[in-house]
Amino acid sequence: MNQFEPALAEWLLSEARACGASAAEVLLVSGESIAAGVRKGEVEKLKSSRERRLGIRVFTGQSSATASTAEFERESLAAFIANTVAMARLTAPDPASGLPDPRLHPQHWPDLELSDPKHGIVNADEALKLARAAEKAALGADPRIKNSEGAEFSSGLYAIQFANSQGFGGGYAGTSFNLGAAPIAQSDDGKMQQGYWSTSARHFDSLEDAEAVGREAARRALRRLGARKIKTTRAPVVFEPEMAAGLLRSLAGAASGPSLYKGASFLANRLDTQVAAAGVTIVDDARMPARLGSKPFDGEGLATNRKNLVEGGVLKTYLLDCYSARKLKLQPTGNASRGVGETPGVGTTNLYLEPGAHTPEAIIGTIKNGLYVTELIGFGVNAVTGDYSRGAGGLWIENGELTYPVQEITIAGNLKEMFLGIEMIGNDLRWRSSVVSPTIKIAEMMIAGE
Amino acid sequence: MANEITKPENFFMSRFGMNERALELILGDALERKADYADLYFEHRSAEGLALEESIVNHTSKSVSQGVGVRVCSEDRTGYAYTDEVTIDRMKLAAEAARAIADDRGEVPAAVHIGQLVRRHQLYELESTPLEVPLEERARILRQIDEAARAYDPRIRNVMASFAAERRVMMVVNSNGQIAADVQPLCRLNVSVIAEEEGKGRQIGGFGGGGRVEWNFFFEQERWKDYALRAARQAIINLDAVDAPAGEMQVVLGPGWPGILLHEAIGHGLEGDFNRKGVSAFSNRIGQQVASTLCTVVDDGTIPNRRGTVNVDDEGTPTSRTTLIEKGILRGYLQDRMNARLMKMAPTGNGRRESFAHAPMPRMTNTFMLPGESTADEIIKSVKHGLYAVSFGGGQVDITNGKFVFSANEAYLIEDGEVTKPVKGATLIGNGPDVLTKVSMVGNDLALDSGIGTCGKDGQSVPVGVGLPTIRIDGITVGGTRQ
Repeated sequence: MNQFEPALAEWLLSEARACGASAAEVLLVSGESIAAGVRKGEVEKLKSSRERRLGIRVFTGQSSATASTAEFERESLAAFIANTVAMARLTAPDPASGLPDPRLHPQHWPDLELSDPKHGIVNADEALKLARAAEKAALGADPRIKNSEGAEFSSGLYAIQFANSQGFGGGYAGTSFNLGAAPIAQSDDGKMQQGYWSTSARHFDSLEDAEAVGREAARRALRRLGARKIKTTRAPVVFEPEMAAGLLRSLAGAASGPSLYKGASFLANRLDTQVAAAGVTIVDDARMPARLGSKPFDGEGLATNRKNLVEGGVLKTYLLDCYSARKLKLQPTGNASRGVGETPGVGTTNLYLEPGAHTPEAIIGTIKNGLYVTELIGFGVNAVTGDYSRGAGGLWIENGELTYPVQEITIAGNLKEMFLGIEMIGNDLRWRSSVVSPTIKIAEMMIAGE
Repeated sequence: MANEITKPENFFMSRFGMNERALELILGDALERKADYADLYFEHRSAEGLALEESIVNHTSKSVSQGVGVRVCSEDRTGYAYTDEVTIDRMKLAAEAARAIADDRGEVPAAVHIGQLVRRHQLYELESTPLEVPLEERARILRQIDEAARAYDPRIRNVMASFAAERRVMMVVNSNGQIAADVQPLCRLNVSVIAEEEGKGRQIGGFGGGGRVEWNFFFEQERWKDYALRAARQAIINLDAVDAPAGEMQVVLGPGWPGILLHEAIGHGLEGDFNRKGVSAFSNRIGQQVASTLCTVVDDGTIPNRRGTVNVDDEGTPTSRTTLIEKGILRGYLQDRMNARLMKMAPTGNGRRESFAHAPMPRMTNTFMLPGESTADEIIKSVKHGLYAVSFGGGQVDITNGKFVFSANEAYLIEDGEVTKPVKGATLIGNGPDVLTKVSMVGNDLALDSGIGTCGKDGQSVPVGVGLPTIRIDGITVGGTRQ
């Protein structure tokens, strides 16, 4: 791969100082990837890429500016740094800005097994073979699977190097693999429904079996056939794991420093208070070996960690980078996220809801009339108020059993009440992405339909 | 800066030491396995942003990216490879990777001769772009916005304002020998406001706008101030919002940005790729009635200075105005070259891509409904009980089953023909192929949005515009919490 010479970061930092910066940090990201897609058994697309980008943040006292470039000639880099320092001088001084307290930088960090020891980039032939296998299994699952948006396998590797002017420097590299299939089922009346399923992992051998991915995608398309609208009603709602994970993302967003200091979060001033039902424990753990969200240090070079965001329903911490921590007079939590050339933001690492004791069937079995949500669309989540209203699809529950599919409905409530209303938590946590949840049941929501 | 580049096609040639002969050889390499078509897409993009929070402009940023993408098409297959190191050697490697898609079964390609420069429109010939305005001046307007919004009401607790500007230079060279190039300036000014009142909690309001415009645009009719006041007003109004109703009801959409309805409900479903594959709820429906006779909907990439406008698309086809629905009848699809060729239709100038790192797809430009005869007043007065929605956040659609959503962030109840209480944000959900059949009144007040739209598809974001006159829809599901 396109690794950077270690001396480049040093040179950039010294250039920044020479231009008058009082402090600086450098982030170098390089990557390589391929993606191969098939549709109806034929090759449809092949894509390959290589990229490298360089980002810097410079300070002149308490003023700062960030910049990124893909032009690597030393001459243009020197001009790029001089420009960035000049921009910083034009920015207003901000007492909360600055590099981290140097004592927070780690000396050592564990190997988190982010790179597959056996596989680098998977070659195009192998990628096509896996995509074909997944799509074939989907197309063969049932005669009602009549069309396909294809199947795609992608494989990537990346390397990150980070250094700042107070002596911290480090790097890590990782791999990722993904296989997804999107078959389309059609009923006799011509109505179509798509199903999608995928598997992602840092290590090739941890991927789900290609045929299993295809069959699951087909199952998900088929169960939507014949979906109808229902009457507007209030009822319990069960979120399948994929959909429940979205609720965790919304909660984490509201617990993030930038939303909080702007006054744009419904979790403002809620630390150490009950924000969810007593059975709810939500963990953010950056140090899980080989997981998709793992990283040894955060976007400002702070050690990452494992912590309970919510424990027994009580909000135990916010998620903070250095800037928002200073604004809120709290300590940073090792959750700084970083895009090349952007100021640090806040992100989760591996975020999950601790599983409960119930099987999904047992949860569904408790409901006389209710909704099992398998699809959500739209952006109807207001982080400031917690108001929640999204397009939904799924299966209607009657007398404890899944019955007919439903669509063109919305579910609405407020995240504050929804988290407090989590009545049951499933035992079906699967590590399919960096934010995961088991099945959950929410006591009651408004379902709008006819 | 922008006005230095009078011939963007020369920009890349001189920047990377290329000449037409070298590009012809690389295209020849790309076609080696008897592919139908190949193109090279060069891009150089520079962008600057600044942001204000808590009354100070404390964030400034700048980015420069450049690269080249090589695409090879063979029947319905696409090979794509890109690199950010623009050298002959890297482009040859990319051409080798991309041509793996072809299978030696086609016809032997003729040698490529670059000659024909595509005539592009001239829809945003700016004297200067906002990138050339001193940073200090750009920062000053953010501070004035902060003051104006705070002065609107003592309950304004926080103001966040940002200004982003970019300049994208692109050049596409294809195996038919065509070469097209363009310089595309774009900017956006955005304001978000948080209001708070004891006992009522907090609410957010927002407004913004821009386009392929000069800095002066924001001073015409004091637009910058208008953005600040609209954002502040929306936050204050929402402090008194009551729970939104739940269920199917009559809905009146205000003019402008609520045109996102068209983008989600029909626009995506009419993109050529989905229809060629037969996976859209609109597949095989050309010539059929899909809307009431009051509805005529177009996609127009040629409106001067709009955010969704481009002189040529990212395959070098000049943009055009495409009628999607004419008096309720489905007339056309939005096409890029590959899907047009496979469907035996003409390209419509809708082949767009996010950057050199992406292959083009059929995408919308500015999508809007033509005006009707009613006044906004008549439309509102005609509703006994319903919802009047004037501002929206994002939307989304499931192409295959046609269900779409868009989320109101400023809406009011209509009671006995009068606009009454503001209601909390709610998602509206409908079915693309039949929602427009329920349009029973169309206003004479067509407005395009202020220039804030970004559309995402298959992981690629492109700037777009929408527009709508006031319309009445007789029955769409509103996802509130009050039965």
